[in-house]
Amino acid sequence: MRAIEEDDRDVASFPGQRPPRASVGSHRIEEEIFGKAYDPKTVRRIWAFVRPYRLKIYLSVAAVLVFTATQLAIPLIIGRAIDSGMTQGGNSTNLLWAVATFAVVVVINYAASWIQESQVGQVAENVLFDMRRAMFAQLQRVSLSFMDKTEVGRLMSRLQGDVNSMQEFLETSVISVGDMVLLVGIVVVLLTLDFRLGLLTLSTMPILFIVRIFWLPPAKRAFWAAHETNSITAGAMAEGINGVRTVQNLDRQRVNFDLFDDKAYNNLLTQLTGSRFAQVMVPIVDSLTGIAMAIVVVVGGSLVLNGGLEIGVIVAFLFYIQRFFDPIRSLTMQYSIMQRAMTSGRRITEVLDIPASINDKPDAIALTRDMDGSVEFRDVVFGYSADRPVLKNVSFKVNPGETVALVGPTGSGKTSAMSLVHRFYEVQSGAVLVGGHDVRDVTQQSLGEQVAMVLQEPFLFTGSVFDNIRYNKASATREDVIAAAKAVGAHDFITRLPGGYDGMLEQRGSNLSLGQRQLLSFARALVADAKILVLDEATANIDSYTERQIQKALLTLLEGRTGMVIAHRLATIRGADRIIVLQNGELIETGNHDQLMEKGGLYAKLYNMNYASFDDIPDELVAQANARAAST
Amino acid sequence: MTTDKAGRVHSRGDARAHVAAAHAGKGRGPLTRIALYSLRHPWQAAAAIGATIIASVLQLLIPRLLGHAVDQAQGILDAGADGAEQALFWSAMTLLGVSVARGFFTLVQNYYSESVGHHVGYELRLAFYDKVQRLSYSYHDKVHTGDLITVGLLDLDGLRMFFATGLVRVVLLSVLIGVGAYMLLTTDIVLALLALSFVPFVAWRSSVAQLTLRATWLTLQQKLSALSRVMEENLGGIRVVRAFSGADFELAKFDHASKEALALAHERVHVRVRNTSFMTFSFFFAMGLVLWAGGNKVIAGEMSVGTLASFLTFMTILQMPVRQLGLMVNSFARASTCGDRFYAFLDQPLAISDAPGAPELKVTEGTLRFEDVRFSYEGATHPTLDGVSFEARAGQTIGIVGAPGSGKSTLAHLIPRFYDVSGGRITIDGQDVSKVSLQSLRRAVAVVQQDSFLFTTTIENNIAYGDPWAKETKIEKAAESAQLHNYIMGLPAGYDTVVGERGVSLSGGQRQRLSIARSLVLRPAVMVFDDSTAAIDAGTEHRIRSAIRRYASDRVTLVISHRLSSLLHADTILFLEGGQIVEQGSHEELLAQGGRYRALYDLQTRPTEDIEIGSAAQ
Repeated sequence: MRAIEEDDRDVASFPGQRPPRASVGSHRIEEEIFGKAYDPKTVRRIWAFVRPYRLKIYLSVAAVLVFTATQLAIPLIIGRAIDSGMTQGGNSTNLLWAVATFAVVVVINYAASWIQESQVGQVAENVLFDMRRAMFAQLQRVSLSFMDKTEVGRLMSRLQGDVNSMQEFLETSVISVGDMVLLVGIVVVLLTLDFRLGLLTLSTMPILFIVRIFWLPPAKRAFWAAHETNSITAGAMAEGINGVRTVQNLDRQRVNFDLFDDKAYNNLLTQLTGSRFAQVMVPIVDSLTGIAMAIVVVVGGSLVLNGGLEIGVIVAFLFYIQRFFDPIRSLTMQYSIMQRAMTSGRRITEVLDIPASINDKPDAIALTRDMDGSVEFRDVVFGYSADRPVLKNVSFKVNPGETVALVGPTGSGKTSAMSLVHRFYEVQSGAVLVGGHDVRDVTQQSLGEQVAMVLQEPFLFTGSVFDNIRYNKASATREDVIAAAKAVGAHDFITRLPGGYDGMLEQRGSNLSLGQRQLLSFARALVADAKILVLDEATANIDSYTERQIQKALLTLLEGRTGMVIAHRLATIRGADRIIVLQNGELIETGNHDQLMEKGGLYAKLYNMNYASFDDIPDELVAQANARAAST
Repeated sequence: MTTDKAGRVHSRGDARAHVAAAHAGKGRGPLTRIALYSLRHPWQAAAAIGATIIASVLQLLIPRLLGHAVDQAQGILDAGADGAEQALFWSAMTLLGVSVARGFFTLVQNYYSESVGHHVGYELRLAFYDKVQRLSYSYHDKVHTGDLITVGLLDLDGLRMFFATGLVRVVLLSVLIGVGAYMLLTTDIVLALLALSFVPFVAWRSSVAQLTLRATWLTLQQKLSALSRVMEENLGGIRVVRAFSGADFELAKFDHASKEALALAHERVHVRVRNTSFMTFSFFFAMGLVLWAGGNKVIAGEMSVGTLASFLTFMTILQMPVRQLGLMVNSFARASTCGDRFYAFLDQPLAISDAPGAPELKVTEGTLRFEDVRFSYEGATHPTLDGVSFEARAGQTIGIVGAPGSGKSTLAHLIPRFYDVSGGRITIDGQDVSKVSLQSLRRAVAVVQQDSFLFTTTIENNIAYGDPWAKETKIEKAAESAQLHNYIMGLPAGYDTVVGERGVSLSGGQRQRLSIARSLVLRPAVMVFDDSTAAIDAGTEHRIRSAIRRYASDRVTLVISHRLSSLLHADTILFLEGGQIVEQGSHEELLAQGGRYRALYDLQTRPTEDIEIGSAAQ
């Protein structure tokens, strides 16, 4: 009866069958491309970014026009050179003039192409970086409730992917102005050179237009499918790399290989379809070019015979025909680029339009270091949505220099209370006062400087240990940093790291243990040297050795500061001057350890259960304790 | 899914053959290797190359025909010859025919060179994916995931494109430029030299430009990824940023990174523009020379207007391929560096693989034995495990405790052979784990890891990850035992809720419970909890333990934990220190011993020295 016997991992009824509950990567990517090609609102927003560079844009549009004109002129000049005396014994002065004109035009062409390309390229890059910065700056101001709900990956794709497709659009749009002018120019020139021959030759042009119109929708779908399946395959590959340990652990290699093969093979098929669509245009364009050339030769030739046409004109015609179809091709492509750009533009403006729900008042004052360091909650009502309050009429005051432990079961509102001191969110009613000032009346910058915060999950940035401890306190010297590290007991392990304080942290400190990262974040708070410290104690199990170190560091950190600690450890709780017990968003008890024990309420009941931490107490036991506390 | 859109029934043999072929040619240069690999599609490659030759010859015919037609027109003008119109007509028809044929062969050329590239890309991807899955933990420990992804995406792309942008282009450009130059030179040597004068300039400029662009592109990618990192960390650590009022500081960091990238982006535009403008200019300059010298020749009666026209047309045709020389050089450079990295990865020796003909592990009693096991990580000076021996029988629970770095997790990772022991051996029912097949071993041993990876799929599929054929009831039962069922049922989509990177995010405790459920589905002979309940509260953990115990009678359970309360019910607890077992016994026995375990227990249950936090503040 070994467990292995009931293993159904290989139950496939025929080779190649895939298990019913298996997949690799995700099945689709979230992106839409078949939107409107022109959306005035989005265009206006994009224009706001381009506006600072408008002179450069005007200049490059002018350069494009000049460039196109010279492109048009060159075949004409060649034709003229041939006609004005390029026969045996002809006039070489005329030829000289023609070549001189050609030289001038070429120099102008050179200058115009330089101006156009460099201006457009630089403006596109500038706009791209400006947009990204605007979004990034906006994200620094938006409310945390938005950030709580939004995944970092999704925001990143807007900061990168969407911005990039805007760049593509900006670069090509000026060029497509040139294409349009070129197209019109060729038509005009051909008709002027010889109306009948021009008309005949141009008659091939609508054929290409019609073909493109029918070709474009399925081709675009095919290109999109190739792109999409490619992203999906790449995603599955990335997942395979990131999750490789779990894959090997659970012996999924064979199944995953086959599933990956499905995706990769599907991508191969869509890529081939895409290639077919792209390449089928080549013989069509070439045949049309051939037809146009044949028309010029036959009809033009007989016109020459009748004396109605000069040979130079035929040469010029043949030149134009060879560049005839390029603008049509790129213009139809431009349409898809515009569609993509509009979608991206809309998504970018969405980010820019997220309201920054918390703003400084115009007359906000700066909170200074000489404030008394008290924290007061006055009838605070707060919730993440209006109908579900997390804190219900909570009032308490933390006196300067006092350490208060916030205690309560999960969901009691401890973390929310802590966030309010820092004005991460706005209260629904009541007020939070820091140093006697309503947090809404002071600048957020100065509030941040006076209220230091240590989060439950220590977060480190890529960079050196030194940079991480100093963070944005530019005035902190190396000595300050080392002193802080010593004070929290992090100095020893830092000096043992390769590079010491200047050693780079790998992948946000993944080479450090959780406890060590915790100590670094303590040191960071110590360097910030704020009057008030708000701290969310880590719940995760840290080994007992580091745990002691952290307890000692906490003591140092709270020295001479007002402290609000969300406490999980009994040692921390018992050491606090005062304990505030929260439950379901209400303050139910307050007092020091001895007072609360004497009172025999919820705190006493929970404490007597002998758990190492309040968070370890199972929900139903909390409920029981609650019931008992209520009955006494 | 057994068939795809094209109705192909997948046969594993196909895919496996591609993988095997990708490994061939070890020791050869990357360009040779990828060239030979591309030629595994001989018909497509031959079609591409054959069509390239034909298309380029046809392309060269066009200026000749045009010149011919112009001369005919001239002839008409001069002589008004009879039958001229008919000659013109045939000229035109030839022109048309050649154009159509050229279009067709260009289609064949482009399509089949792309097709070879797509096939090669598909096959290399399989080989890459397969290798990723085969390389052991010790390799993945050393290598950054980001670097691996780069190899699998960018480097692979560089190789895939080599056939079309490198090899086929060599044929195309040599025929066009070589034959073209020959045709011109034999017509009129002076004019031909003038017409070709732009070729060396443009070829040189375009090669330099492409190589410079590539170099700056690589640096730009680095700068951009530094910029992304700033943004990503900022968004991920937004609470820290807000808590320290660091917005201005972060914007300064962003601007610094952004400015560097922008400067480089501008530099790239500059390089590109300087070179394209220069190339166009030198082309037109040569054209001006041809016009002047050719015109004079026509006037002197040494050349026909048609020949001049064909020279000029030929120059326009030649302009593109000459510019493409740079792309070709770039393609070789890229394939060479990409190939170095890609093949270096593919040629990595496998640290852990099946011995040839390794038998299946046969679990009978279910006894796990460590016999004097030693282990050191690569490059480490001290052994992580230094002579560990113990035995565990089915139904037993062994607790393992010790300071960080004492070797607890390492011990867990040795059983399913994520790493191989450096000395001693580990056996299951007397069979050395390194002698049996990996597949059978890993199915018998389940390790619940500290940080479990969630795949972007439904909760149900995540739980069934190790056994995707599992029945619904089995999955639900596992979730119930892991105390996750109620939570799942509370989600709007229940078991169909998508989790992972693109789905609902789970808390640390929920992830660990999911990971436990994953292992429970497998019903392994040895189950290891590698500190996998750290983020789960003690009450829930207790309920999980009692739920599991019902099924644990025929299984060895190893529990590694910081939290001693997790180990209370273990039959034996091993206290590890410096890679050795220093204390061993049941909870009561170890408490009575009054050694290290006792000290740790006292420290955890009730702090002996109260730290008076408040007093320090006064």
